Amino acid sequence: MEKHNRRTFLKTTAIATATLSSLPVKKLKASQQYVLSEDRMGVLVDTTVCIGCRNCEWACKNAHDLPAGKIEDYEDKSVMKKMRRPDETALTVVNQYSNEKDPNLPIDVKVQCMHCDHPACVSACIVGAFTKNENGAVTWDTNKCIGCRYCMVACPFQVPAFQFDKALNPLIMKCDFCFNRTKEGKLPACVEICPVEAITYGKRNELIDVARERIKNYPDKYINYIYGEHEVGGTSWMYLAGTNFKKLDFPKLSEKPAPGVSESIQHGIFAYFVPPISLYALLGGIMWITKRKRSLESEEGKNHE
Amino acid sequence: MSEFIKPEPLKRKFFTPGVIILILIAINGIVFLLGRFFFGIGAVTNLNNQYPWGLWIGVDVAAGVALAAGGFTSAALGHVMHREQIHVILRPALLTAMLGYTFVAIGVFVDIGRWYYIWHPLVFWNGNSALFEVGICVMIYMTVLYIEFLPIVTERFIGRVNFKGFLSFLNRPVDKFLRLLDKGLGLTMFVFVIAGVVLSTLHQSSLGTLMIIAGSKMHPLWQTPILPLLFLLSAISVGFPMIIFESIIASKSFGLKPEMEALSSLASTIAPLLGIYLAFKIGDMVIRGTFVYLLEPTTQSIMFTIEVVVGIIIPLRMFLSKAVLKSPALLFTASALVIFGVLLNRINNFIVAYNPPYKFGTYFPSIGEISVTVGFAALLILIYRIIVLNFPVLSLANKFNVPQTKYKVRG
Repeated sequence: MEKHNRRTFLKTTAIATATLSSLPVKKLKASQQYVLSEDRMGVLVDTTVCIGCRNCEWACKNAHDLPAGKIEDYEDKSVMKKMRRPDETALTVVNQYSNEKDPNLPIDVKVQCMHCDHPACVSACIVGAFTKNENGAVTWDTNKCIGCRYCMVACPFQVPAFQFDKALNPLIMKCDFCFNRTKEGKLPACVEICPVEAITYGKRNELIDVARERIKNYPDKYINYIYGEHEVGGTSWMYLAGTNFKKLDFPKLSEKPAPGVSESIQHGIFAYFVPPISLYALLGGIMWITKRKRSLESEEGKNHE
Repeated sequence: MSEFIKPEPLKRKFFTPGVIILILIAINGIVFLLGRFFFGIGAVTNLNNQYPWGLWIGVDVAAGVALAAGGFTSAALGHVMHREQIHVILRPALLTAMLGYTFVAIGVFVDIGRWYYIWHPLVFWNGNSALFEVGICVMIYMTVLYIEFLPIVTERFIGRVNFKGFLSFLNRPVDKFLRLLDKGLGLTMFVFVIAGVVLSTLHQSSLGTLMIIAGSKMHPLWQTPILPLLFLLSAISVGFPMIIFESIIASKSFGLKPEMEALSSLASTIAPLLGIYLAFKIGDMVIRGTFVYLLEPTTQSIMFTIEVVVGIIIPLRMFLSKAVLKSPALLFTASALVIFGVLLNRINNFIVAYNPPYKFGTYFPSIGEISVTVGFAALLILIYRIIVLNFPVLSLANKFNVPQTKYKVRG
């Protein structure tokens, strides 16, 4: 520290600045851009139609190679007494809520990943393992995942689950919108099996029209709200209900995309590496000035002696 | 001034009763750690799908990074601003930062589910992710810290390279290499010193950005867009208290005289730093109107109050007093309070404030998690001891100014 002189200092600072500024800024910025297609697909869940048969749970497990058991076992309604959440063993679950209007007709709510238009998980993932696909599905690449679970922290709907009990190769698990099935032109497994057509698969834009139509035609049956149309910037899965969504355990969320603030802060701090490099230059300047001041002082001290 | 400072390896026994207790604590932690690697994270921790992050991220990683801030704050004051009085503590501060970050890295390694992919962020980039920024910055900064420590290693071995037997032909070339390395490092070190300060400001603040994306899952008392700034300010204000805390403990444990001149000089800067931190913290609370939550007696409001009163206001008042700056005991107490405050702040941000919309219970760290965290702390202290006994890190007070008996008394 003590030996370097002004020239080497300036030279090395210049080299360091040049190296820093030549870093691939563009690549950094472009890594997570995705196309939000006008034709992206979605699903409309009508909770007033769902009968809580839980067939979708069975079909989902089958489609994702999870232990599913016999479909008859799913007639057992006792599991619905408690609220359940999608987890590493079931990517979708149906919860039951009491109906104030008609106690004999409980309200059933299917829960799974909402496939946000601006997903927090895609923004958060340290290795960019998550992708918002053109067809609307939010999928993830298990080969990249390091298991940090930041996606779980970020998700506003608390959806991604993790295999905490696996020592090797634990996976993040969530609904993938049956990406492999829809690629082949098939319907998502849950949509296909639903016996009462409570879940409708289609283009998101058209589904919103369908939902508006239903609300208009049956104003007594539905409350005038499509959950997911605007939540966190819009989600691919949307819900209709006959009662306040808060009573059905839907989180109250703002209309701003979940990653918004975080990303703008992140890019603000880094804006083309200008702030870090300026700080570097500033510190270098201070270092040089104080160093010079000190050597002048010590020279004066010597002269006095 | 720096001519008077002559750090040298301390001549002390390694084993003392305290060291043996630390070894036992470390072994206990390692046993639970093995459980985590053989049976999975779920077997050892209380983490679940509702609470994906717990003690290991909150304390080992987040608080670990904050408490290692002494490295960059002291480098900024000592090397960048050339404050000469504090040069005696630069090496111990550097060592603590280096070990601190090493254990942060180990903490991450232990916490992530697929530890064998820890290198993935180097290859797969996501510039939108605050975690990516933290990860990359911490990796680079850790390398910088090791480079900054290298001159201490070369100093230890130059002229003392002594391979025995058939390896003895290596003595001369290795010594030559060390001298060359030392010279090269001497010329370029300022590049790394400044880089270290810049990298630290970046990731200390990005660590705050981490929780912003959790949005409404985080209690409003902590969830604020200025979290990165608060994290940076708190890291800067905890840097010097951490150095004072360690320095006084080290002096006590090795029977040295506390470096009061350097420590008082450091301590005089703490009050303004804490004041700025407090101003932003309170200002943020007033502007966002979150003080209403303080009226409800919840865990969150109580923890927030303790954090601000015990961790900021009381030590701030103490550091303003001249008497405190001169007394090792009071200086130690005030510093410990600041450290407690920042530790609690990180725990609050990452654990207490985290309030998932769907939960089936609350999170409290398991015995396994606590054992591992405490075990790591014990291990860190042990390695610190090994290094200061073998490398020139600590200085034996001012040999040239102080009569010899003063530091030889307790030996």
